[in-house]
Amino acid sequence: MITPLVAQVIPQAGEYVRILPELVLSLFGILIMLLDPLMDEQRGQKTLGLIGFIGTLAGLLATWYMSQSPGLAFSNSIQIDGFSAFFHVLVIAIAALVILSSYEYLAVQHIRAGEYYALILFGTVGMGLMSSAVELVLIFIALEISSISTYILAGFRRYQAASTESSLKYFLLGSFATAFFLYGVAMMFGATGSTNIDKISRYLQSNGVPLLVYIGTALMFVGLGFKLAAAPLHVWTPDVYEGAPAPVVGFMSTAPKAAAFAVLLRIVFAINEPAHFWPVWVAAALSMTIGNLGALVQTNVKRLLAYSSIAHAGYLLVAFAMTTPENWPNGIAAAMFYAAAYAAMNVGAFAVVGHFANAGEQYVTLEDYEGLGRSSPLLAAVLTIFLLSLIGIPITGGFFAKFYVFSAALRANLIWLTLIGVVNSAIGAYYYLRIIVVMYMREPRKQVPVSRVSFGVGTALAVCTFATIYLGIFPNRVLHYAQQSAQNVMPVHVAGSPTSTAEIPAIPRSRP
Amino acid sequence: MRTLDHNILTLVTFVPLAGALLLVLLPRRDRDIRIFALVTSLLTFVLSLHLPVYFKRPLHLGTGFHYEVNSPWISSPTIHYHIGIDGISLWLVVLTTFLTPLCVLISWKSVHDRVKEFFILLLILETALIGVFVALDLFLFYFFWEATLIPMALLIGIFGHERKVYAAVKFFMYTMIASMFMLAAILWLYAHTGTFDFVEIQTQIRAGGVPNLSAAALWLFLGFFIAFAVKVPLFPFHTWLPDAHVEAPTAGSVLLAGVLLKMGTYGMLRFNLGLFPEQSRQNAPWIVVLALIGIIYGALVAMVQPNMKKLIAYSSVSHLGFVVLGIFSFTQAGLNGAMFVMLAHGVSTGALFMLAGVLHERRHTYEISEFGGLASPMPIYAASFLFIVLASVGLPLLNGFVGEFLVLSGAFQSRAIYGILGATGVIWSACYLLWMYQRVFYGKVTHAVNNSLLDLEGFEKAAVWPCALAALVMGVAPIIWLAAIDPTTHSALVPLAQMTAKVVGQ
Repeated sequence: MITPLVAQVIPQAGEYVRILPELVLSLFGILIMLLDPLMDEQRGQKTLGLIGFIGTLAGLLATWYMSQSPGLAFSNSIQIDGFSAFFHVLVIAIAALVILSSYEYLAVQHIRAGEYYALILFGTVGMGLMSSAVELVLIFIALEISSISTYILAGFRRYQAASTESSLKYFLLGSFATAFFLYGVAMMFGATGSTNIDKISRYLQSNGVPLLVYIGTALMFVGLGFKLAAAPLHVWTPDVYEGAPAPVVGFMSTAPKAAAFAVLLRIVFAINEPAHFWPVWVAAALSMTIGNLGALVQTNVKRLLAYSSIAHAGYLLVAFAMTTPENWPNGIAAAMFYAAAYAAMNVGAFAVVGHFANAGEQYVTLEDYEGLGRSSPLLAAVLTIFLLSLIGIPITGGFFAKFYVFSAALRANLIWLTLIGVVNSAIGAYYYLRIIVVMYMREPRKQVPVSRVSFGVGTALAVCTFATIYLGIFPNRVLHYAQQSAQNVMPVHVAGSPTSTAEIPAIPRSRP
Repeated sequence: MRTLDHNILTLVTFVPLAGALLLVLLPRRDRDIRIFALVTSLLTFVLSLHLPVYFKRPLHLGTGFHYEVNSPWISSPTIHYHIGIDGISLWLVVLTTFLTPLCVLISWKSVHDRVKEFFILLLILETALIGVFVALDLFLFYFFWEATLIPMALLIGIFGHERKVYAAVKFFMYTMIASMFMLAAILWLYAHTGTFDFVEIQTQIRAGGVPNLSAAALWLFLGFFIAFAVKVPLFPFHTWLPDAHVEAPTAGSVLLAGVLLKMGTYGMLRFNLGLFPEQSRQNAPWIVVLALIGIIYGALVAMVQPNMKKLIAYSSVSHLGFVVLGIFSFTQAGLNGAMFVMLAHGVSTGALFMLAGVLHERRHTYEISEFGGLASPMPIYAASFLFIVLASVGLPLLNGFVGEFLVLSGAFQSRAIYGILGATGVIWSACYLLWMYQRVFYGKVTHAVNNSLLDLEGFEKAAVWPCALAALVMGVAPIIWLAAIDPTTHSALVPLAQMTAKVVGQ
């Protein structure tokens, strides 16, 4: 005989479906760890990579299965809705692409490590969990799972001092930042008596917003802003990105950012005090400006893209420019679209950089890219598409991403922020253009060997290119889906929100 | 015929792009690639002739635009694939399709490295240029507007001369930054009207149904105007032009001067006048002053250029000044003249750049002092050059005269001093062009190398002579062109006239 109290705590079988992707990915990760010692050096690498890739595909399938049963799980600490499904698909797809492009990279760099693939899967588990958790403590745990994996991944070129530096710097500063997040959670709990986002939101709705909540939110923003690489918490970015393996940079500049963004969206809208969004706006303006100005003077392509990722975090934060509840779905949808488009172009760009860098990542300066348009026209053309998308030129996903973000800001009458953003995109055009100029318009000064593109990298590049162009010509489907799932993030008390009857665990399915 | 009417604009716009995509698949045999590019661009030209021939047909949608297509493309934000042409854009489309095959011809021999890339870029550029003129959705317009930038910058940067990278980047940054202001204005309009559709926005503005418009109208006007003024280029935004022209390959220069600059004046006519007539009128005085400075300054600077291509580039600044002067005179004659100067300048300056390119290919220099007495070794070349120079100077019965005459008569109607100052531009243009002609062609051959220069070859004749023929026909029978232009400019002036009537009535 089970008492009703215990019955509440014991999870039902159906609830496990709502963490199915995490379970699947973890299983595959563990499988890789178990098989790793049994494999020999040469063939093992390939087999483990393949298992990792199959793991991500299984994860995608599990996500689809999960999205069929939306609702709350595990004592209301996990909420599966269109919003979390979107970010699940995004981070798992990024992981799949990164595994594909790492395949060749690890062989060229002579990095022998099966746990590399396991770590990517574990990191993805953390990020997936971040997007579905609605309980601050669980969010913290998920954040740590994802962070610790990426700390280790950053140091995988362990014979290179730069990589070790990268890993250590990321680890020290990162753990410092997550401590801030935890402190913020504690403040939140002190102020509202709960760590559940939904409960916090209700409490604030009926009792007003005490000062402690602002402090708590600000501290949490510090923790998340670090992951987003948003100014003024961006200082680590160039060094870490420069030292870390190129495919890993592609991974950690997109997936953790998307996940941190999902968390930030949930928290900020639960607090529901748009008038106090201004620190986010300031961070947005600072990130765009610092990122773009910093990128102007870089000669190392990885550092350049690091600064560009700071700038893009800024554009993403512009999506918070929502002053009235009617504007929220627009902003949230714009942010989600931006995260997807940015993932496609940045993972692709780093895949090219990783392929081109060659053994020991020797070729990563602008000078090395001279004449790439002649020696390897296809690779250069693909990189050009990604760079044009990063600039925000029409026919690419980057264009619509910027477009949606800025029109959301304009609709909220934040003209100054839009203007800063627009001017910044113009500045940004210059340094991306420099890479294109160097590739096509200069004769090579030194001989840089360009190896054949392997099947894995080729597939990853093809998918990224397709996604970038697809989002640039038919943004409809993704945007539509984002807009629908944006409703899920809306706080319970905002009129018109489908989650307003929060007692029922089943949330209306939001498929386009 | 109905379906052809419906699809002809889409066809004309995207046939070059389809050709470019097919070119990607073609093997790198330069001859085949050239022939394929020529066939594609000729096909586009032939298709585009449908537009003026059946232009008189009744409209099937009541928006004043012909061959209109309006179908949804993206639902949120509501963006439509809305294209159509009126008398303003009709001839600019035909001008583009007319010049592109000639560009292919003039590049037949001069481009021998990375031939495939060159023609792919050229064809993509053609699609983007046509797209700019046919788009009736502001978003689509911006889309094509930005899309012209990349192929042009790459054409300059890859196939240009010594300082090509500098010129390409300068060109890209100048126009990109300027068009950001236009994007901001377009986004504002969308945020407050809920649509990107040009016709709908125009109706809403005329009905006074746009909230906060009165406060923002000036900024919106300026947002559009800056983007267009840089493109034209209006003094003092012209400094990118000489660099871009001097460094660009011949075909790039032809399309740059012939069509790209007209995107700016077309934009002023369509958007600045079409959406903000009141602000246009208020701001006309300083714009006209800038245009006049452009006319005179451009001409004076052209006169002292030692470099032939730079001279032609500055003459463009001067000629485009006439266009802006005509537009902002707000008279029927001025607008018609502005349109006509755009077309005439496209044809004759395009031909001038081709001819300069011919010399460059033989001697690898544009310096005027390197030549002299060329009339004796290259008689056909000299004759063709003279014909085009005279057309450009504005000799009656050739195309330059008609446009400039109309613009000046419009300017006189608006204010005598505008006309007088503008008219000096005609004199200056005779000075610099004829003086240049004299230094290059008359007298004795000053450099021995020039004695053995080849005269015009077959492909070059095929590229230059159609321009000469067009210049003659346009000069003799301008009514063919003006018949379509006139009704449109007339209706473009209606809101302006109403406004004046209102002011007078008070």
